[in-house]
Amino acid sequence: MEKKTLFDKIWDAHVVKSVPAGPDVFFIDKHFIHEVTSPVAFLNLEKRGVSVLYPERTVATPDHNVPTVDQDKTIKDKLSRMQVEKLRENCKKYDIELHDLGTDHHGIVHVIGPELGITQPGMTIVCGDSHTSTHGAFGAIAFGIGTSEVEMVLATQCIMQSKPKKMRITVDGELGQGVTSKDIILYIISKITAAGATGYFVEYAGSAFRNLSMEARMTVCNMSIEMGARGGLIAPDQTTFDYLKGKRYAPKGEAWDRAVAEWTALQTDEGAVFEKEYNFDAADIEPMITYGTNPGMGIKIKDLIPTDEGLEGSNKKSFLKSLDYMGFAPGEAIKGKVVDYVFVGSCTNGRIEDIRAVANFVKGKKKADNITAWIVPGSREVEKLASEEGLVQILEEAGFQLRQPGCSACLAMNDDKIPSGKYAVSTSNRNFEGRQGPGARTLLASPLTVAAVAVTGKITDPREV
Amino acid sequence: MAYDKFNVLTSTVVPLPAENVDTDQIIPARFLKATEREGFGDNLFRDWRYDVEGNPKKDFVLNDSTYNGKILLAGKNFGSGSSREHAVWALYDYGFRCVVSSFFADIFKNNCLNIGVLPVTISPEFAEVLFEAVESDPKTEIEVDIDKQTITLLSSGQSESFDINAYKKQNMKNGFDDIDYLLNIKSDITEFAKSR
Ligand code: SF4
Repeated sequence: MEKKTLFDKIWDAHVVKSVPAGPDVFFIDKHFIHEVTSPVAFLNLEKRGVSVLYPERTVATPDHNVPTVDQDKTIKDKLSRMQVEKLRENCKKYDIELHDLGTDHHGIVHVIGPELGITQPGMTIVCGDSHTSTHGAFGAIAFGIGTSEVEMVLATQCIMQSKPKKMRITVDGELGQGVTSKDIILYIISKITAAGATGYFVEYAGSAFRNLSMEARMTVCNMSIEMGARGGLIAPDQTTFDYLKGKRYAPKGEAWDRAVAEWTALQTDEGAVFEKEYNFDAADIEPMITYGTNPGMGIKIKDLIPTDEGLEGSNKKSFLKSLDYMGFAPGEAIKGKVVDYVFVGSCTNGRIEDIRAVANFVKGKKKADNITAWIVPGSREVEKLASEEGLVQILEEAGFQLRQPGCSACLAMNDDKIPSGKYAVSTSNRNFEGRQGPGARTLLASPLTVAAVAVTGKITDPREV
Repeated sequence: MAYDKFNVLTSTVVPLPAENVDTDQIIPARFLKATEREGFGDNLFRDWRYDVEGNPKKDFVLNDSTYNGKILLAGKNFGSGSSREHAVWALYDYGFRCVVSSFFADIFKNNCLNIGVLPVTISPEFAEVLFEAVESDPKTEIEVDIDKQTITLLSSGQSESFDINAYKKQNMKNGFDDIDYLLNIKSDITEFAKSR
């Protein structure tokens, strides 16, 4: 029998038909929408006079542009308010499940999907947001789409896709103390580069991933897009099933047993072929941080910023432009650089485990005077747990400002912007120019590193505090 | 949404050699707040084009009247990052119908094809040739022929062929989008959905 990868198995099961010399008609099990990339899709549907084919397969939440204070009041920013109101209108009109501001399961779309048990192994999941790859942690094919495709999914539950190539990234061994899943993925991207997996879908394999919690796996899959990959996935196992069991939309009773039996078979066959393979040793990974303006520009905190030696032409120009934007010089140490802001949040690291890690670290300590510390839970559920577990109090005592759920300073569409020229060490996923506000300088790192930076006020290896 | 048909495009070129241009640069998030598709061109490359006070930055290519045209010649790994289709709407709205690069990010490329901006992938060597030609003579014209799948530097006749799958090519030539196709096979889809 033909040997198949996990990715092949899920993909092939969702092809409605193949267009000769063209893409596949690809069926989508679950579709998430938010306020920013959906309004034009609905508008176009209306222009065509077409309705939503399977409203029960779409779930909505406003997350990208929402304020993270006073969520019970009317949104002040007129344009943001219009987008959120449009989302409400459209959900009502087409009977789409909406987790609105202030309700129990409001939050960042990639945080609430798993929390509600909507995300399940073997599914195909899309959303008009590139970090949809997050859901791959459950052994699902999940990826971001554009607004035209959002429209297609609403109208037909399908999109036209050519099957990507397959890559496997294996990391074996034990992670050192103070090393988190964020460090694994920043390490991988620094090796493969920000474009190194373009055209591929990644499977993460090996004991380093097997030993991670679901939250930590989500962090890894989340950032697949940052090396150019369409998405990344991890085969489901007992950890996956334990996480899902009892969740609101997870199968129950006999249906659960049947589902687990099916999910257990979702593994890459031995001998299945990947177009590209990488192998890394977990022991080589240490706390990481980025120094430039794409996520591939990462180093170990203890290392020096690379020099432009050996680079030529436009490569060299881009590298120097990037350092210039960051205000760093080639070859200097990153450790000890003074920082202005820390941000804990986003769909990369805004889950309860991340908040716990930060709270444990700063317990009984105070943030440094030069630091403004924002912590934005990924969802209401995370907020609630953090409060029940006493983490909110610990964080507030340490001088963190706790805000309400949303994307917040991850993309700075709302008021949570890092001022021009200021340095922010952030648990989010993109350090692009201006991502966290015009002129803002972002350094990506793990929640643990961010906690260490908050306490010392400068770039710090969390193992040294 | 239907768009203009694409056949042969002959145009001068706007060069943007920067690498790894992500969609946050093409259109920053704070300009994504519209609920309609029009008008994004005004904020295309906003933070490279204007300073914080909103004054045009002289050294940016879109503010340099020497260069204009319907073809954007971009550096490698163009369109990485966020899946926002607004990035392509902004390019289209500004007047670009074709983006040429030695390497595109996946989602961006898909988005381009879905709304009628042709992404043309060329070799790094040919990209160098084109950048040099355009920089030494801003009036240089390039011809992109979708039927023949060729891109030609008219001044020297140097040419390269590019890939596009047959299905997408037909769409671009006719100004169709995927949704027309999908709506036509709806019964196949609903039949398939019964098993899911
Ligand atoms: S938290 Fe950031 S990356 Fe995640 S969905 Fe929101 S904007 Fe996108």
